[in-house]
Amino acid sequence: MLEAAELECERGGWVLFRGLSFALQAGESLRIAGANGSGKTSLLRILCGLLPPAGGEVRWRGAAIRGLREDYSRELVYLGHAPAVKDDLSAAENLEISCALAGMPADAGAIAEALARFGLAGKGQPSRRLSQGQRRRAALARLALSASRPLWLLDEPFSALDVAGVALLRALIEAHLARGGAVIFTTHQDAGIGAARVIDLDPSS
Amino acid sequence: MLAAARWLIYRDLLLAMRRRGDVATALLFFLIVASLFPLGVGAEPNLLRAIAPGVIWVAALLSSMLSLGRLFAADHADGTLEQILLGAAPIGIVALAKGFAHWLVSGLPLVAIAPVIALQYDLPSSLYGVLALSLLLGTPILSLVGAIGAALTLGLRGGGVLLSLLVLPLYVPVLIMGAGSVEMAGAGLDPGGQLLLLGALLVFTAAFAPWAIAAALRISVE
Repeated sequence: MLEAAELECERGGWVLFRGLSFALQAGESLRIAGANGSGKTSLLRILCGLLPPAGGEVRWRGAAIRGLREDYSRELVYLGHAPAVKDDLSAAENLEISCALAGMPADAGAIAEALARFGLAGKGQPSRRLSQGQRRRAALARLALSASRPLWLLDEPFSALDVAGVALLRALIEAHLARGGAVIFTTHQDAGIGAARVIDLDPSS
Repeated sequence: MLAAARWLIYRDLLLAMRRRGDVATALLFFLIVASLFPLGVGAEPNLLRAIAPGVIWVAALLSSMLSLGRLFAADHADGTLEQILLGAAPIGIVALAKGFAHWLVSGLPLVAIAPVIALQYDLPSSLYGVLALSLLLGTPILSLVGAIGAALTLGLRGGGVLLSLLVLPLYVPVLIMGAGSVEMAGAGLDPGGQLLLLGALLVFTAAFAPWAIAAALRISVE
């Protein structure tokens, strides 16, 4: 499904990694590991097309993503390091708008259900009054509505989550893999998702 | 595709509603700058009538600039800009929608309150229409051209000052034609030519600025 060929990433004159190749099939998950500053986030941004690689290319179903642009964007969900939650909007407004902007409008019922799953039901206040973990949950609630997107790219999805939140996210990811989706995520710690392949970006290893 | 643009405009208007203070700041700035001139140059009616079109237009340029810094910066900081760029619509459409939303919040109110300022300068009421029309045609250009600068200076330290240096020279044609049309009407000439030129500039900007904004945004989020 997704193929990376000889990827090279350079940030501020430093080469973070070079000659990175892998292929990801439907139903597979991939964990990107590495120390702080080893290029995990850069790799994810290259894979979703926000950052052009210094060398090599990313292919989606055989076609280079540079030429696909928004056709490729419509196949993926990317949740970045920043939660992409607007402080002045409530969790429901944030979710409704981010789904609509991504091209998969959701009705009010589905949004309420997704928020309830993440323990944010009835939180009508502006998101700036939510805690760090709750904001992370508000961002992750989009995944509950993203079953139709085959590729999930998640940057540190487990950070700031409590035990219940981690279990919830793991269940969502496993369900997505079971229905034939692919998931790539970065994390420091082993999140314990079964059969996850690992790419380690540490130069020492 | 257009649905995504509509949602983006809706979102920006909703955010502006939640932060009414920011919108009011730019408007008050326009009012205050335009009101300072009569105090500074004295209350000589003929002089005030002569400088009114230029002063009102310069105040409009500055007030439109004031809110440009926030155009993409807030979205960039909280990560929503990346999500918008990865959205279903082409980035050019997104850029046009952002520019339009900025104009609705910062340009359109100027058109509405310009006659009040004109009153201070004792501008003949027959000129209110031309003044409002020139602002109606000109302020969208300010928003779109300004958005190019805002996208280019995104994430730079001291970007605010750089943004004014970058954008203000590009505003010059709009200033000349906008203020010129009111002056011509005041002299009893037909302002149609200047207004048509302003309209042509608006069409040109609306067609090409979105691609420049899109290219600048792509570079800035790298």
